[in-house]
Amino acid sequence: MKSVAIVGASLAGLSAARALRAQGFGGLLTIVGAEAHRPYDRPPLSKEFLAGRMTTVDLALEGDGEDLDAEWRLGVAATGLEQGRSLRIALADGSAVEADGVVIATGAVARTLGGDLSGVHTLRTIEDAAALRADLDAARRLVVIGAGFIGAEVACVARTLGLDVTIVEAAPAPFARALGPEMGTALAGLHEAHGVRLICGAAVRSLTGEGRVDGVLLEDGRRLDADVVLVGIGARPAVDWLDGSGVKVGDGVVCDTGGATSVPGVVAVGDCAAWFDPALGAHLRVEHWTGAARRPATAAQTLLSGGAAVPDALAPPYLWSDQYGMRVQFAGHTLPGDEVSVEEGDLASRRFLAVYRREGRTVAVLGVDQPRSFTRWRRRVNEPAGAR
Amino acid sequence: MIPACPLAALPRGEALRIETDPPIAVFHTEDGELYAVDDTCTHQDASLADGWLEGCEVECPLHASRFDLRTGRVDAPPAKLPVRTHQVVVRDETVYVVPSDLPPNLPPGVRTGSA
Ligand SMILES: Cc1cc2nc3c(=O)[nH]c(=O)nc-3n(C[C@H](O)[C@H](O)[C@H](O)COP(=O)(O)OP(=O)(O)OC[C@H]3O[C@@H](n4cnc5c(N)ncnc54)[C@H](O)[C@@H]3O)c2cc1C
Ligand code: FES
Repeated sequence: MKSVAIVGASLAGLSAARALRAQGFGGLLTIVGAEAHRPYDRPPLSKEFLAGRMTTVDLALEGDGEDLDAEWRLGVAATGLEQGRSLRIALADGSAVEADGVVIATGAVARTLGGDLSGVHTLRTIEDAAALRADLDAARRLVVIGAGFIGAEVACVARTLGLDVTIVEAAPAPFARALGPEMGTALAGLHEAHGVRLICGAAVRSLTGEGRVDGVLLEDGRRLDADVVLVGIGARPAVDWLDGSGVKVGDGVVCDTGGATSVPGVVAVGDCAAWFDPALGAHLRVEHWTGAARRPATAAQTLLSGGAAVPDALAPPYLWSDQYGMRVQFAGHTLPGDEVSVEEGDLASRRFLAVYRREGRTVAVLGVDQPRSFTRWRRRVNEPAGAR
Repeated sequence: MIPACPLAALPRGEALRIETDPPIAVFHTEDGELYAVDDTCTHQDASLADGWLEGCEVECPLHASRFDLRTGRVDAPPAKLPVRTHQVVVRDETVYVVPSDLPPNLPPGVRTGSA
């Protein structure tokens, strides 16, 4: 393989570039990124950066003086992928990049509710975070739509800034998709204890206001006043540019356990990719930092070996979230019906370790302010039943 | 030289945090070696003594960067800077730490009491 193009210049793309070089790839490396920035870290955007405790410089993902000997094409999006004698990536400025291998690392984009009222935000980029912070500084009431991790973290920061905060969630409990309803409910108390109003099982009908948002109207007729609204209803994979390329797309780019896509010479990593997870028996799009940082090493092997390398065993998905100084950590994947038990600490103190089991097997672990035992329990996720 | 603990109080495979400023973590590896590094991860405010000790490396409990206890070197992001190492001395069955006079690599937002 003489040349590789990486599309997407964020965590997964940078990690792929590092892995390719570390694995001895000496050919031409091109990195295409729609954002004009060098790769930067997103988790602080809803935490330290939003709170003003970190600056743009702190967000840099590259090390000082790090040189991957790559050609960076930043500020220009890829618009298509064509298969011919080589792979050809068309760019928005009319130019193209040809390569023998392609890494798709285009991540995800925040889902929106539509409309164009000012004061309504999503949070995915540095610009989003700066705009949200500016609006929070001038506001009294924040409504967060969607009780996921990003929304909850923004709620935390807004509370420390002294805002009145309400979170509205359509599901019966917060974080239910990631943590299941029981543990989601356990974490709800954490927010209520910090003065956040949490309204679950309530769907949003519309946002109100003229020019600028002034409230959120719920399906049950309730109306919440708001100066700022954060829409935190998840993200969709940024894969539209692959239309017509032959790369199979479902909820994200469909990949095997090594990151290979349906097109030879093309792998996909990070938030845009749904790798086959043998422990689950299904494809799963994982939208967390650690997967986007670590899986590219496997994908690079797949690419450089032409698919011959046997992929490393897939580490279970891992995520963390910081809320009111509490460290929330979760590894694995939970499905409705899993049994959950608290193994250490207790729910009332909100310092606990909970284990999720399916047919006797540990499938996930949740730690709230238990980094030490979490680190130990995490290693047991997906071990065969009865291994310990 | 700072006394850390009696040697018998730190079994192999275990770690101890001493409340110096900044705190220091002392590790006793499965192979019987003793190492000391700054307890605070260079990425964010996590205690490396809470991490996972494997061979001469400790994995940060929060985001899994691994530090080589002999050199302080970090293997992979998110941490980018090495962790400062300190010398360990065992005298009369007691573990002592000789703190380094190099500056620490503390994460953004974490400061020493004196600074
Ligand atoms: C606010 C926030 C907080 C988070 N907090 C946590 C956390 O606490 N813990 C955790 O585990 N995870 C967290 N995450 C998730 C984590 O940041 C992501 O998993 C990670 O960023 C994924 O990296 P990626 O490179 O796959 O995608 P992204 O970071 O989304 O990057 C994709 C890049 O590709 C570019 N791109 C898109 N389309 C094109 C195109 N057609 N051509 C060229 N370039 C393109 C985009 O502009 C972007 O720069 C958080 C995410 C956000 C947004
Ligand atoms: S705090 Fe140690 S790796 Fe993040």
